[in-house]
Amino acid sequence: MNGLLTQSFLTALVSGGIVAAIPLMFTALGESVSERAGVLNIGLEGMMLLGAYFGFVGAYGLHSTWLGFLAGTAGGLAGATVMVILSVSMGLDQIVVGIAITLAGEGITSVLHQAQFQGTSPGLGNPGTVPIPGLSRLPVLGHSVFDQPLLVYFGVGFLALVWWVFRSTTWGLNLLAAGQKPEALDAAGVSVLAVRTYAVLTTGALAGLGGAYLAIVGAATFTPFMTQGQGFMAIVIAMLARGKPLWVGVSSLVFGICLSIDTALQLASINISTDVINLLPFAAIMAALVLFARGSYLPPALCLPYVRGAK
Amino acid sequence: MARRQSPEPVPAIELIDITKRFPGVLANDRVSLTVRHGEVHCLLGENGAGKSTLISILSGMLRPDAGSIRVNGAEVSIISPRDALRLGIGTVYQHSTLIPALTVLENLMLGARSRLLLDREGARKRLAEMASMLGVEVDPEARTGDLALGRQQQVEIISALWRGSRVLILDEPTSMLTPQGVEELQKALRHLKEQGTAIVFITHKLHEALAVGDRISILRRGQLEGSLSPDQLASWSIEDLRAAIIRLMFGEETADVAGAAELSADLAEVEAEYGGPSGLVSESGVLLELKSVCAAGIGTEAGIEDVSLRVSAGEILGVAGIDGNGQRSLAEAIAGQRRVTSGTVELFGVAVNRLSVSARQKLGLRYVTDDRLGEGIVRKLGVSTNLFLKRIGEPPFWRWGRIDRRRINAEASALVKAFDIRTPGLETRAGTLSGGNVQKLLLARELSFNPKVVVFHKPTYGLDLKTAEHVRAVVRDLVSQGAAAVVISTDLDELIELCGRIAVLSRRRLVGVVDNGPHAATQIGSLIVGTAQPQEVA
Amino acid sequence: MAAESEVAPGIGLAPDVPAPAPARLTRWWRILLRSLAPVILALIAGGLLLLALGRDPVQFYVNVWQGGVESGGWQNSAVLMTPLLLIALGLIVVFRAGIWNLGYDGQYLLAAALVAGFGPHLLQTWPAPVAYALLFLIAGSAGALWTVVPAVLKAWYETNEIITTLMMSFIGVGIANILVKGPFQDPTVNIPQTRTIPFAKLLPNLAGTRVNLGVLVALGAVPIVYYLLTRTSFGLRLEVLGANPRAARHVGISLRRVIVTTFVWSGFLIGLAAALDILGLWAYVRANWNPGYGDTVIPFVFLARLNPLVIVPFVAFYAVLSTGGDLAAQQANLPTDFLLVLVALILLFMTVIEYLGRRRDLGHSYLTPGLREALRRPLMRRRPAP
Repeated sequence: MNGLLTQSFLTALVSGGIVAAIPLMFTALGESVSERAGVLNIGLEGMMLLGAYFGFVGAYGLHSTWLGFLAGTAGGLAGATVMVILSVSMGLDQIVVGIAITLAGEGITSVLHQAQFQGTSPGLGNPGTVPIPGLSRLPVLGHSVFDQPLLVYFGVGFLALVWWVFRSTTWGLNLLAAGQKPEALDAAGVSVLAVRTYAVLTTGALAGLGGAYLAIVGAATFTPFMTQGQGFMAIVIAMLARGKPLWVGVSSLVFGICLSIDTALQLASINISTDVINLLPFAAIMAALVLFARGSYLPPALCLPYVRGAK
Repeated sequence: MARRQSPEPVPAIELIDITKRFPGVLANDRVSLTVRHGEVHCLLGENGAGKSTLISILSGMLRPDAGSIRVNGAEVSIISPRDALRLGIGTVYQHSTLIPALTVLENLMLGARSRLLLDREGARKRLAEMASMLGVEVDPEARTGDLALGRQQQVEIISALWRGSRVLILDEPTSMLTPQGVEELQKALRHLKEQGTAIVFITHKLHEALAVGDRISILRRGQLEGSLSPDQLASWSIEDLRAAIIRLMFGEETADVAGAAELSADLAEVEAEYGGPSGLVSESGVLLELKSVCAAGIGTEAGIEDVSLRVSAGEILGVAGIDGNGQRSLAEAIAGQRRVTSGTVELFGVAVNRLSVSARQKLGLRYVTDDRLGEGIVRKLGVSTNLFLKRIGEPPFWRWGRIDRRRINAEASALVKAFDIRTPGLETRAGTLSGGNVQKLLLARELSFNPKVVVFHKPTYGLDLKTAEHVRAVVRDLVSQGAAAVVISTDLDELIELCGRIAVLSRRRLVGVVDNGPHAATQIGSLIVGTAQPQEVA
Repeated sequence: MAAESEVAPGIGLAPDVPAPAPARLTRWWRILLRSLAPVILALIAGGLLLLALGRDPVQFYVNVWQGGVESGGWQNSAVLMTPLLLIALGLIVVFRAGIWNLGYDGQYLLAAALVAGFGPHLLQTWPAPVAYALLFLIAGSAGALWTVVPAVLKAWYETNEIITTLMMSFIGVGIANILVKGPFQDPTVNIPQTRTIPFAKLLPNLAGTRVNLGVLVALGAVPIVYYLLTRTSFGLRLEVLGANPRAARHVGISLRRVIVTTFVWSGFLIGLAAALDILGLWAYVRANWNPGYGDTVIPFVFLARLNPLVIVPFVAFYAVLSTGGDLAAQQANLPTDFLLVLVALILLFMTVIEYLGRRRDLGHSYLTPGLREALRRPLMRRRPAP
């Protein structure tokens, strides 16, 4: 156990935690936006996978990390579009459509990957990191926190952006109304369908971006089903965070550490089986759910399609 | 007296031959209406006459099947609430469109013109302007869910007029107000009239229409039956007006509904008509008693605190109060659906706090809920199944868990006949029945098998007059056989017509019990608002 | 089960006159159409996808038929029906009550691991029928037990069961892996898997076929579940909970009791599926193995409108599709995950067709309102309910 407090362990812990947290954070932020507007997006896992696959293909084929991220975002958007058409516009059950999107995402990415790469698993190089001058020389935190790929800093900036949007923009207020009482928003002359459409598209884009990050930076390759339940973890994070972006960031970090702790443990020469490690985040979530009776608050109109004039 | 020969100003709104059909019913049948600036035009008709449909068309929630709409002389098409708002038509709907979790300011800023940033300062200024225009005071930072209902309504009016609307539509605005609150509303409307706003006021109560309207149009079964002009309203006697209106509202069925509370010319008349309790009220026969009962509310709903009351055999006890003051908590606490955090609920002198809903049912306690479709019935199940929902598993209808369809159907058949439930068949899905028949179904279910104490929550809300009268007759009938009834209602007229004593629920507490008689309405109103001396609770 | 009624006019707006009843024939046609159309459309769309990938769709589906039915393929399909049918029944029970049990993977694998772990020993020491009974009990109990935490959380604290069952599923899968690699590991092989149950001890086959009698157990469960759901007071309470949870509380149904019992029954059926599957077909469990039956059977559960009788032909269809599809995919040089795409397409088409159908009449919906209601509640909140 003495290996636990060494600098290398802690650095690896935080650094790995951040890398693992980013996909979760982007996806969970996206889910927060959707949930705030009253749409429960169970298809997140599928959208992440679509983002991971297309992100990887984009980065691999076009030899550019940024184009890869863009491609991944587009992939997530594609999945979200299905949700928009079926659930928001036509009012079909959000859960069923979400399950379908997840299955489709899993299946399609697996099929496409096999079709494209025929079983080989090409990888990407290591994306460069951008050390922040000065801060990156701090012990432990310096290398792990302030020496990360650019997208990480974007991620933190994005947290602040979402927070600001929720608080101070008309769109943020409309989102809240759409989730609380869509009839009120409709009566005020705002199109509930439009608000929810933008919300879901945002979620898809962010989930796609998160998935792309997972493939490009986290694993530097794509393997079918590589998200391993992180999409669902993001849903839980969004719910537990009660729609507050700051809490989304914090929870993502905690779960990110859970996810990546095995590499750090190996560094510290502590051997715990990977199965137990993989269990950790889910067990942590269950523990949180059981312990925090106060729990999270979901918008009253969540999951209910809005139809004008319906009683 | 000859009128000046000046041309009539262009009316604010003209509805021409509006027709709207729903599956199975013609809600509006070629209705034409003119709304003028600076005038309160009352739309009067019983529940189901088509008033709300007409107004929904005007506010953009529904689209007419035929007919046209003119605003200020120009023909327009209104396909969404946004169109209506842009045309200057603001609507205060019957069910609140305020979001309880948001503040007043936030509610008003919804859908603001500015695309990006919220303009709090500008909104604050405008709110102050409009509040003074109405003659009221509103705190911008208050959570709307915490506001008293009268205040909420003022916010809704401001919200409707926020974008500079020149037409204000109020859909049954007084269904939730005290007599004093009604006066405040009338004051606000007078201010608006002076500024030239055109006001459409919907109601199903005659005395309200007479009190508020400059012009009254009567709707019946989707058709415009007639109108009373300002001249007529000014010159005719109350009795003549009342007779004319009733004739227009009910035609040949006038005899059936004579004496109904909604048709009284004013509250005093309603009070005078109350004939006293219809059965023997025995002092020793206290069937239901609440002793300092507290129960928590759910979400934004109010709970109850320290409520004590007593209901005897043969008595109808009313519970008056503005909606949202704990009525549902009270009803559910008695029925067993809500946990009582302190105090006791006693049935026949025995504390029943620990007993579940079904246990209390077996003892003879019944609860006719106000939420008929959401809670009362299961829409997709058949009528006969719904009639037995509270007896699942009980012999002889279930034996060792196995259902006995034949016996259920036989009994259900008898109930349908006894309670006059109009249904195509026993297996018809309960969700397809009309509102009145769903209520009859609920009554049949609750009042069968020996009811001893029945709690009625808004028993005639939304029902057409004939059915409403029928329901009231059922309540009186029940009580004349020795049972006890608690009628919780926001409809003061109904309570005064039915109940011997009326308790008043205000801000979670029972603030007094009023004996029915002259001036009961005013007394109740004072108790609700808090200006009366708290009476000793019987 | 309540007989079908007339087409419903606008809710609450129907006048006091009876609506005309449509002819019996048209009704049946429409139900049939709405159930089959999604499948047919999905197969067509799948075919288009195959074309896009440069494969021959006709050949693919011919291979599916050959692999799934012809020359003994039907026997493999029949064997596959066993776990699929039982899991489908487990899902039907719980979906009818408006409860989303999405933890079927974890429930199944835990039960499977236990059966594979204890199986060899029990089958050696006890006579076969006794050992089977014990193993069925262990598996059913494991599945049932794994639903208890989400069930209690939902019943007492209204915790959203989608999340809890999903999380428990991942945990269950992990624990199953640990068990397989640990105490249940076959010491004689290098691969991480349990000891294999000797062929002679597996469930006996039906005369002259390779189909074990597990399928009879599964088929036998169908009428039992049907009776439970449609003729008993328990079934009615379940249905009311699924149709209108608020009404359920109003009429005095003990929500907690119904939620927990339903969950437990569901877990039991899923665990039983695992027992029959291991004892009838696989004989051992490998680490990191997940047949994923639940995911693929969900759309059919909805297509069958949560009816235990109607689900049988649907499951049979999918069993053929899966068995044949695996072979066809291999032959077309595609990963078997292609079937996931087909399943997803069925789900999507089903929702679309429901929408179209809903526009025509306000008849039956595929999903009970209670299922949707299950998600509206906040994740957790203490209710002052009795």
